Amino acid sequence: MSLTIRTGTIIGAFVMALNAGAAMAAGEAERPHAPQEGWSFSGIFGHYEETTLQRGFLVYESVCAGCHALEYVAFRNLADPGGPGFTLDQVRAIAANYRVPAGPDEFGDTLDENGLPFVRPAIPANYFPSPYDNEQQARARNWGALPPDLSLITKARVNGANYLYSLLTGYEDAPEYVEMGENMNYNPFFPGQQIAMVQPLYEGSVEYPDGTEATVEQMAYDVTNFLMWTAEPKLEKRKRMGFQVMAFLFVLAALLYWSYRQVWRDVDH
Amino acid sequence: MAHESTYQPKSGFERWLDARLPVMRLMHDSFSAFPTPKNLNYWWTFGGILTFCLVVQIVTGITLAMHYTSDASIAFGSVEHIMRDVNFGWLIRYIHAVGSSMFFLAVYIHIFRGLYYGSYKEPRELLWMLGVIIFILMMATAFLGYVLPWGQMSFWAATVITNIFTAIPVIGTPIQEWLVGGFAVGNPTLTRFFSLHYLLPFVIFGVVLLHVWALHVTGNNNPAGIEVKGPQDTIPFNPYYTVKDAFALVLFLLVYMAFVFYAPNALGHPDNYIPADPLVTPAHIVPEWYLLPYYAILRSITFDIGIPFTDIVLIEAKLLGVIALAASIIVLFLLPWLDTSKVKSLRYRPMMKPFFFLFIVVCVGLGWVGAESPDKVLIQIGEDQYRAEYVVEGEPVAQVFPTADDRDAFIEMLNEDVEASAVDALAFRFQMVHLGLILTVAYFAHFLLVLPIVGVIETPRSRPASIEEAVLKGAKPAPAPAE
Ligand code: HEC
Ligand code: HEM
Repeated sequence: MSLTIRTGTIIGAFVMALNAGAAMAAGEAERPHAPQEGWSFSGIFGHYEETTLQRGFLVYESVCAGCHALEYVAFRNLADPGGPGFTLDQVRAIAANYRVPAGPDEFGDTLDENGLPFVRPAIPANYFPSPYDNEQQARARNWGALPPDLSLITKARVNGANYLYSLLTGYEDAPEYVEMGENMNYNPFFPGQQIAMVQPLYEGSVEYPDGTEATVEQMAYDVTNFLMWTAEPKLEKRKRMGFQVMAFLFVLAALLYWSYRQVWRDVDH
Repeated sequence: MAHESTYQPKSGFERWLDARLPVMRLMHDSFSAFPTPKNLNYWWTFGGILTFCLVVQIVTGITLAMHYTSDASIAFGSVEHIMRDVNFGWLIRYIHAVGSSMFFLAVYIHIFRGLYYGSYKEPRELLWMLGVIIFILMMATAFLGYVLPWGQMSFWAATVITNIFTAIPVIGTPIQEWLVGGFAVGNPTLTRFFSLHYLLPFVIFGVVLLHVWALHVTGNNNPAGIEVKGPQDTIPFNPYYTVKDAFALVLFLLVYMAFVFYAPNALGHPDNYIPADPLVTPAHIVPEWYLLPYYAILRSITFDIGIPFTDIVLIEAKLLGVIALAASIIVLFLLPWLDTSKVKSLRYRPMMKPFFFLFIVVCVGLGWVGAESPDKVLIQIGEDQYRAEYVVEGEPVAQVFPTADDRDAFIEMLNEDVEASAVDALAFRFQMVHLGLILTVAYFAHFLLVLPIVGVIETPRSRPASIEEAVLKGAKPAPAPAE
């Protein structure tokens, strides 16, 4: 009989306290990792880069939007400070590419002559419309799986940005010993390793107008930045204000400590 | 000690007011002239910090309530509306959400301060018990609040916690259905939880007033645990403790604001950014960190109590867990009478002191157990062995397989005339739930065994005669006490 004390598990628990969700036992997923260049939005002075967000938006619009909604983001947000920095004219043009429900018309009709609901081009005040009419349709078009809304995805997963980046760049051929489900794709970063989403990004899936080379890593990096922004649109403002607040509090603490010493100077305590 | 009023109305208006409604006198006597032991350390600043936290939660909460909608179909969206469209909504929400964690951090420090310095002992039993009531109300309020954003954790925590009531025989299920307003958590649950989440903080406010009133009758305890003997032991609250409390509050704010601005979601659960879905159960349902030790106690009892050697079950495991959970808080009410030592401060209780630190370890350990899956294996001795044992030509043979299925398949394959028996030799596994049970026992042992017994058998260290003497001994070595 052998004594196997699972020290790994015990140490693991401590690591997990710092970095929740790290899975390290054999057979479990690899750990999500950041891209080599790191994230511009992490750290005390974290911020977004407009060009990156614009490229990320392009990736979302030309690839992900076919399957994923962005329910909580309005077109107007694309022109908000601390965001991708599109001009209002650009935003109008982007919105006009989408159709949103319209009507009733002045006669109270809600259907056109073909019996289809009225639609109109979107305006900046509209929210990104879902690519599906309802959940059933979404599932029917995706082998029974439901593509989640992406507005909050980077906050809705442990270690979200790293996870998303790793997921998008992590597709590989299934190892021989893995029995794949029907219409499933192997991705070591997805819980269970089998995901219904086909690999969405391939070399050159989009063509960047600024000439950046559209490698899988580059597109994953850009779209993750974009989806971080959709989840935390006030991040830049928050971190900037945080610095001012912390600086103020440090000075206040110093002044109060000095006052405290003054007030108590003649008291034994 | 309650003290004589020293209020002197300074203007005609103040005299006029004082003769009709002496609020200025009350404020002056309670928060300005109030004689306070001069040896209070920083652990005593958390009372003020807690009051601040309550006010912050109420102010931010009322602002959130102006923009929040407690309808299950749009509650999640209304929180996102706050985060994205309301001016500084993100800031208000993060202050409120992080604030609840900070509130609990402060209250835990405040409670352990009381445990260490014996602040629950005569004459402060009621003061302590009012504190325990505030703590219970805080847990209820935070739980209700956590449900409001109507994310996955909101929904499933509400489901798990209200399910606790079904463990009570006969009336349990009706109570649970009455609480959630239906057979399952849904819109009626959300609307009533919002209503109650709005109400309870004001109830807390009322109990806080009683708590402070009781404090002002008995006066503060202090690190020496010796009652105030006279004016030489005290100083007026203002300016001495106002400035010290203000300094400590700003240090606390530095930690609080670091979370708000740089890691606002670190203390929450990512699943709560997924809208509630009754059809999808999250892999791990966990409450917020501050409720984890109690969650561990609830889940660590997995055996029924019955009459030995019969199948008769008297108390089912689930109910036993609920009883343990309730008892773990009720025992706090009894603490003033469970501790048999007359000495308050652990500074002078050499035997009790290590138990106090052990108790902290037990509570943190319970928190860890609460966060993990109960089946998680911590220590395993040996490997699982699935054996097929049979006799070939008079010789006993045992064959070992890695899984039961392999073994069974093998037995199937054997010739029919061979009598094979399946023997499982499972490895010894020490799991989270076992650690949880040990820690739960330790938690109760601290109150029910350690505190009563140590108080009787311990020889306390010699104590200074007064606060004044304790202070002088601490400050400079020589001079003889004034009296
Ligand atoms: C062909 C349709 C399709 C496209 C295009 C697509 N996805 Fe998906 N995606 C899915 C489906 C289906 C799922 C659900 C997978 C599952 O549950 O197994 C999914 C799931 C996801 C998830 C959730 C994984 C998790 O942890 O649950 C993320 C994140 C995601 N997609 C991101 C993206 C991004 C970013 C893009 C664009 C680069 C994209 N997807 C493009 C169909 C698509
Ligand atoms: C004892 C004081 C209080 C505590 C401990 C507390 C705790 C909480 C918690 C833990 C949440 C969930 C945070 C999240 O993840 O978003 C919450 C949400 C909320 N609370 Fe409170 N709260 C308190 C007082 C109040 C008061 C007085 C109000 C006033 C009505 C209020 C209104 C709200 C609202 C509207 C929400 C939902 C919005 C949101 O989720 O951010 N709270 N509260």
